[in-house]
Amino acid sequence: MILPRLDILKGALRRDAGADRVVPPAGFTVRLTLFTAAAMAFLAVFALALSLAAGRLADTWGEDLARASTIRISAPPGQRDSQTTAALRVLAQTPGVASARALTPDEQRALLEPWFGPGLPLEGLPVPQLIEVVEGGDGFDADGLRLRLQAEVPAAVLDDHTRWRRPLVVAAGRLRLLGWVSLGLIVAATGAMVTLAANAALAANAQVIAVLRLVGATDGYIASAFVRRFTVRTLTGAAIGAALAVVALLLLPGAQEAGGFLTGLRFEGWGWLVPLLLPPLSALVAYLATEAAARRVLEDLA
Amino acid sequence: MIEFEDVAYAYSGDALLSGLSLTMAPGSFHFLTGPSGSGKTTFLKLCYGALRASGGQVRLFGQPVETLDRDRVAYARRRIGVVHQDCQFLDHLPVIENIALPLTVTGQASPDQNANLTELMTWVGLTGREAALPPELSGGERQRAALARALILSPEVILADEPTGNVDWEMSQRLLRLLIELNRMGKTVMIATHDLMLIRAAKAQVQARVLRIAGGTLQTAGADL
Ligand SMILES: Nc1ncnc2c1ncn2[C@@H]1O[C@H](COP(=O)(O)OP(=O)(O)OP(=O)(O)O)[C@@H](O)[C@H]1O
Ligand SMILES: [Mg+2]
Repeated sequence: MILPRLDILKGALRRDAGADRVVPPAGFTVRLTLFTAAAMAFLAVFALALSLAAGRLADTWGEDLARASTIRISAPPGQRDSQTTAALRVLAQTPGVASARALTPDEQRALLEPWFGPGLPLEGLPVPQLIEVVEGGDGFDADGLRLRLQAEVPAAVLDDHTRWRRPLVVAAGRLRLLGWVSLGLIVAATGAMVTLAANAALAANAQVIAVLRLVGATDGYIASAFVRRFTVRTLTGAAIGAALAVVALLLLPGAQEAGGFLTGLRFEGWGWLVPLLLPPLSALVAYLATEAAARRVLEDLA
Repeated sequence: MIEFEDVAYAYSGDALLSGLSLTMAPGSFHFLTGPSGSGKTTFLKLCYGALRASGGQVRLFGQPVETLDRDRVAYARRRIGVVHQDCQFLDHLPVIENIALPLTVTGQASPDQNANLTELMTWVGLTGREAALPPELSGGERQRAALARALILSPEVILADEPTGNVDWEMSQRLLRLLIELNRMGKTVMIATHDLMLIRAAKAQVQARVLRIAGGTLQTAGADL
C-alpha cells in the first residue's frame, strides 16, 4: 500500500522540476505558437538570404562600375596599332576620362584563357585590341565619344555596358534594404504574436494565478511559469522553421549559368551560420514579450 | 500577528465595513460569524493582504499592509495558511501536488518532503486520494485538501473561511479537532463560519473569542453562544 504511494510522490516531484507545470498545458495554443514561430523563422531565413544576396550583387556590380568601360579595336593586324594610338589620343582629349590604357598581350591572353586554354598564340589571331577606360569625375559623354571615335577611329567600338547597370546597382541596394526591413518586420511580428498568445494564456489562467498568489507565489515566479513556456515554444518553432528554410535553400537547383540572382539566393561561407542566430533571437523576443505581458496582466490582476 | 486599527473597506464606492479594530495575538483562537453577505470573506481577505483597506490600517506581523509591495505580501502570505471558502485548486495537478504547491512556489520542494506529505495526508484523512485530480474530490475532501495545503508551510496563522461548509457533522467535528490541535501547537487560528453549533462545540474545548460582523462593524458576541 505504501510503495505505490511513494512512487506517485516521486513521479510528481520529478516532473515538478520547473514552474511551467503549475500552468495547465494548452495543446492548441502550443501548436499555434510553434507553427507561427516556425513560419516566421522560415520567412526570416529567406529575408536574410535575400538581403545578403542583394548585398553581394550590389557590391559586385558596383565594383564593375567603378572599374570602367572598354574600347575594342577591331582592325586588320596592320592597322591595329595605329588605330589604337589614335583611339588613345582621342581618349586623352575626352573630358571625364581619368585614364586609358591598352591591354598588353599577356592581359588579353589571360582574359581569353578561360575559353581557349593557356598559351594561346594571340599574334596569329584577329583578336581585337582592348583599351581599358577609367572614368573620372562625373564620367564622360558616351554618345559624344562614340561619334568622335566613329569619325576618327572607325575600327573602335565603345562598350559602356557597365553604365546601364547603374540603376541595377541602386535596385540591388534597395532590395538589400527591403530584405532587412522584412527581417525587422518578421521579428516584430513574432513579438506581437507571442504577446497575443501570452495575453490569451494569462487571461485564461486568471484562476491559476489566483491560486498561486494564495499560496504565496511572487509575481516573478508566476511570470516565469509563462515566460519559460513561451520562450521554449518559440525557440523550438523557430529552430524547426529555420532548419526547413535552410534545407529549402540547399535544395535550390544550382544552375550557375542560368543566371546569377536566382541561384545567388543562398548563403556563402560564414553566412550559413546566420540562420543559426534566428532561433535564439526569436526566443529572446518571446522572452521579452511574455515578460512584459505577464507583468502587465499581473499588475492588472493585483 | 494581525492587527486592525479602525479599518474600513468599500467595494467600488459602497462602504461595506468600517471602524474595525482587532488584535489577533499569537496563539489566539477566533471565530468570525455574521449573516451571509455581511463581509466575513472580505474581512479575511483584508487579513492576508488580498484586499487593501480603504481606511485605517491593517498590520501583518507588525508591518502596515499598505507599505508592502506585492513580493512582500507574497512573503507574508507564506506565514498565513488560508483555507478559501470555495477551495480553489490547480485542476490539472493531482491532489498531492496541489497540497505540495506552496513548497513548489517557494522553492522548498525537496525529495524528503514525501514523509511530511504522507503524514499530512493521513492527518487530514486523504490517504489513497493522492493521485486524484481536484475536480474528482467530494466537497469535504476538497476542504480537507485545502486545509492540508494551508498547513504545508507550517504557517503561524491559519485563516479558514467556512471550512465546514460542505461536510456533515461528523466531518466538521473532525476538522474542528484538527484546527484546535493546531492551535494547541501554538498557531493563531481564525475561522469564519455561520455554523453556531460548531462554535458551541469548539468553546467546550478551547478558549475562543467569537466576533460577529453585522451592519458593517465588528462586535464581540456575548455569552448567548
Ligand atoms: N469583488 C467584489 N466586488 C464587489 N462586491 C463584492 C465583491 N466581493 C464581495 N462583494 C460584496 O460584499 C459583500 C460581502 O461579501 P463577503 O463575501 O465578504 O460576505 P460573507 O460574509 O463572506 O458572506 P457568506 O457568508 O455568504 O460567505 C456582499 O454583499 C458581496 O456581494
Ligand atoms: Mg464568505
